[in-house]
Amino acid sequence: MIGTTLQLFFSLIILFAYWKERAAGNSSQFLFESDYSWFEPLHIHYHIGIDGISLSMILLTAFVVIAGVLVSWTQEVLNKEFFFLLLFLSAGAYGYFISLDLFTLFFFLELAVIPKFMLIGIWGSGKKEYSAMKLALMLMAGSALVFVGLLGLYFNTNLNGAHSFDLIRISQMHIDTSVQNVFFPFAFIGFGIFSALFPFHTWVPDGHSSAPTAASMFLAGISMKLGGYGCLRVATYLMPDAAHHYSPVIVLLSTIAIIYGAFVTMMQKDLKYINAYSSVSHCGFVLLGIGMLTQTSINGAVLQMVSHGLMTALFFAVIGMIYSRTHTRLTKQLGGLLKVLPFISTVFVIAGLCSLGLPGFSGFVAEVTVFVGSWENPDLWYRLATILACASIVVTAVYILRAAGTAVMGPITNNHYNHITDAAWNERLAAGILITGIVVIGVAPFWLFHLINPGTEYIIQHLGKALALK
Amino acid sequence: MNMGIDFLILMKQEWAVIIILFILLFIKVSSKDQANEYILKLVNILLLLNVIAGFFGLKDGVLFNEMFKTNHLIVTEKNILSLGTYIIALQSYPWLKNNKHILEFYILLLTTLLGMFFMISAGNLLMFYLGLELSSIPLAALANFDLEKRKSSEAAFKFIISSAFSSGLLLLGISLVYGTTGTLTLSALSDHLYGSPLQIFAFILLISGFGFKISAVPFHLWTADVYEGSPVTVTSYLSVISKGSVIFVFMTVLYTAFKSYIITWYNILFVLSVLTMVVGNLFAIRQNNIKRFLAFSSIAQVGFILIGITGSSQAGSASVVYFVLIYTFSNLGAFGVVGLVSAISGRENIDDYKAFYKTNPVLSWVLAISLFSLAGIPPTAGFFGKFFLLMAGAGQGNYILITIAALNMVVSLYYYLKVVKAIFMDPNENPVKKLIVTPSPKLALFICVTGIVLTGIISYVYEYIYSMSIGI
Repeated sequence: MIGTTLQLFFSLIILFAYWKERAAGNSSQFLFESDYSWFEPLHIHYHIGIDGISLSMILLTAFVVIAGVLVSWTQEVLNKEFFFLLLFLSAGAYGYFISLDLFTLFFFLELAVIPKFMLIGIWGSGKKEYSAMKLALMLMAGSALVFVGLLGLYFNTNLNGAHSFDLIRISQMHIDTSVQNVFFPFAFIGFGIFSALFPFHTWVPDGHSSAPTAASMFLAGISMKLGGYGCLRVATYLMPDAAHHYSPVIVLLSTIAIIYGAFVTMMQKDLKYINAYSSVSHCGFVLLGIGMLTQTSINGAVLQMVSHGLMTALFFAVIGMIYSRTHTRLTKQLGGLLKVLPFISTVFVIAGLCSLGLPGFSGFVAEVTVFVGSWENPDLWYRLATILACASIVVTAVYILRAAGTAVMGPITNNHYNHITDAAWNERLAAGILITGIVVIGVAPFWLFHLINPGTEYIIQHLGKALALK
Repeated sequence: MNMGIDFLILMKQEWAVIIILFILLFIKVSSKDQANEYILKLVNILLLLNVIAGFFGLKDGVLFNEMFKTNHLIVTEKNILSLGTYIIALQSYPWLKNNKHILEFYILLLTTLLGMFFMISAGNLLMFYLGLELSSIPLAALANFDLEKRKSSEAAFKFIISSAFSSGLLLLGISLVYGTTGTLTLSALSDHLYGSPLQIFAFILLISGFGFKISAVPFHLWTADVYEGSPVTVTSYLSVISKGSVIFVFMTVLYTAFKSYIITWYNILFVLSVLTMVVGNLFAIRQNNIKRFLAFSSIAQVGFILIGITGSSQAGSASVVYFVLIYTFSNLGAFGVVGLVSAISGRENIDDYKAFYKTNPVLSWVLAISLFSLAGIPPTAGFFGKFFLLMAGAGQGNYILITIAALNMVVSLYYYLKVVKAIFMDPNENPVKKLIVTPSPKLALFICVTGIVLTGIISYVYEYIYSMSIGI
């Protein structure tokens, strides 16, 4: 607990320090850079630094982790190990977001896989071993592909005869288009698996529904963002030619993910499955935004990552609270919870409304930005994808309202529910923290937008150069 | 130059082992009833001194008309082997405590170590063969050291037959090489090899012989049975020290004598490593005996090492030596726990490890960390080892091989995680009881875990090895 409060505190300090630096006119791409030589003969460095994109991810991580710890306050079985693994996981996420060296980045990416396996396998529910194994293997397969992509990049860099893993240096040199076209799919699909890219999304529903509450929050809230961030920062930024080349395919896959995810969600009866499949759909927006390759759409993708992270963490937290009281997650068996659990039910509805993109919450801001950005692409193919993705919001509204309607409204279906108590202080605090994030972004998105914009500008410049060369 | 002093300094590691051997022989001959505890402690201290002494007085040079050569890298390789032997000696404490033939065990063990030292230092194929035989014949006796167990003698028999067969192949290859070139000196050979059919044939024979020794697929069939039948200590010795030493020599021979055949052996190693990884992994999935399981997993590891050898650059040879060091720590960590469980409770199946965490949390973590390191999961050293091996291989520009290897890492993760799952997640009515671990195996496991955690993150170890390595 102390650890996570410190994390939040530090990330807020970094945020203010960042603002101060930017206000002071420091316009370099990354701030607070530090660079240590790690494996000198191979030119591997421990190189870290942040820009607006990584800072917003760090803030997201801090919010979700502290909420996760609060929610599992009453955890009893093997609690030392539980919190150790949770903090280990967050260390992996932080390290990943601040890395400017591809080796360090990959190190932290893999660091975050095994704790997930342990968290799901030991403290999970349902068919936990199966889900844990599936998740670990699929994520490892993802990182295996990323690994090949990174090695491909490394050996095609030339820095006075030596190779380099350094993100900034690679971005400054031009890598052959044919090389990019070979290794872009490796990197993008590899990171895409983390971010539930269709058709590699199958670990998401199983993993999320079997995981304990805090782990689900972490998985959906942060872990899936590792993938989105990697697609943006490594695949798209470092291989812009190939990004243009493969952009129609990315758009196609992410549109399928959005629509397919939404329709599958409609058929689900278990609250955790509903949220897991809707995460597939929502992460589709992230990849769609990246695939569209316009500045607004990429901004939207980053906004969507933050927004979805907070929203889905809140959702899983609430589902965990409901489950711990009613011992069921099936919407049919729930009902009338608003009467007995006013606080939890209200939070549930708020999370739902954010998920379907109601103005005033962060989901609306993010999705609108993605759509506007996508529409900037004049090509018919992209227009079509945008229209289809927009249409999926209707489906989202159907399943969210239906779930909220059956679970929260209506008569009380089970007499046993009359004796349950509403949220405890720790749960109220966790929900409060996440809702604050959602509402602040929803009502005043500009500060986050200003944070992200300089970072994406570099990516866009890079993409523009690539287009000009074509 | 003073020949006598050179002679002492260059061969210092061999001298150290020989001195220890003589001390042990002397004890054996002089006293009738020895107290096991004292002997074990004495041996452990002597071996520790041996490891420490290895780091001093490094000097490059050749002796006896290039029969014996040494340089910084070779000394480091020998140090890795001495360190591994020290860890194994510590681990065998509970198993040997009540054994009557304790001195014979160590005499045999150190004889094989001496053989390996000569083998690594060989500058001549004949010398190499001599060292190899010196190391493999006592190993067969060691494999039979569980004197009452029938499986143990079966293992020894299989081992002696297969190793005699592979030695035969090697010897035929060596004699053909001599017949076509007129020399056996490694450094001179490369000038005389010009690719005549007979030379290629000799080369293939040599590669097959080496393939047997490092148990690369399709020459691996003896491995699992021998590993299962031998006592755990001997199994760990076979899978780490014996295999590691042959890998060092294999690399040296390919890089020096056969460097003109690089295209040929690159393709051969490509096929061998893919086969080794795939078959090792697929068989490991189906094992239930944990020793057999580790045997197949160590076969798969050899596949990765072969990729590092194909790198054939300075980074390639550095990554191989570095990986063998890490592999020593990880595999001995895993075998250490398995050996303790087997020595105290006699149980050797993966199913027996179910709910192991409830009774033995610390040992469970040690085993899990070792397995993660074998699987190549950060922040353990195994991650760095595998990363650099594959990176060295990727330097050749063959990404098909790297992709296959990377996907094989996922397969291998599956079966390592299966064991982890058994330890942490599966319920069990009758788990292994709480084990009381005596100080010396505890020290061994401590060394292993420290090695696993630190050799990766502290880049100095890699840089040190890299600075001494030589590519083609």
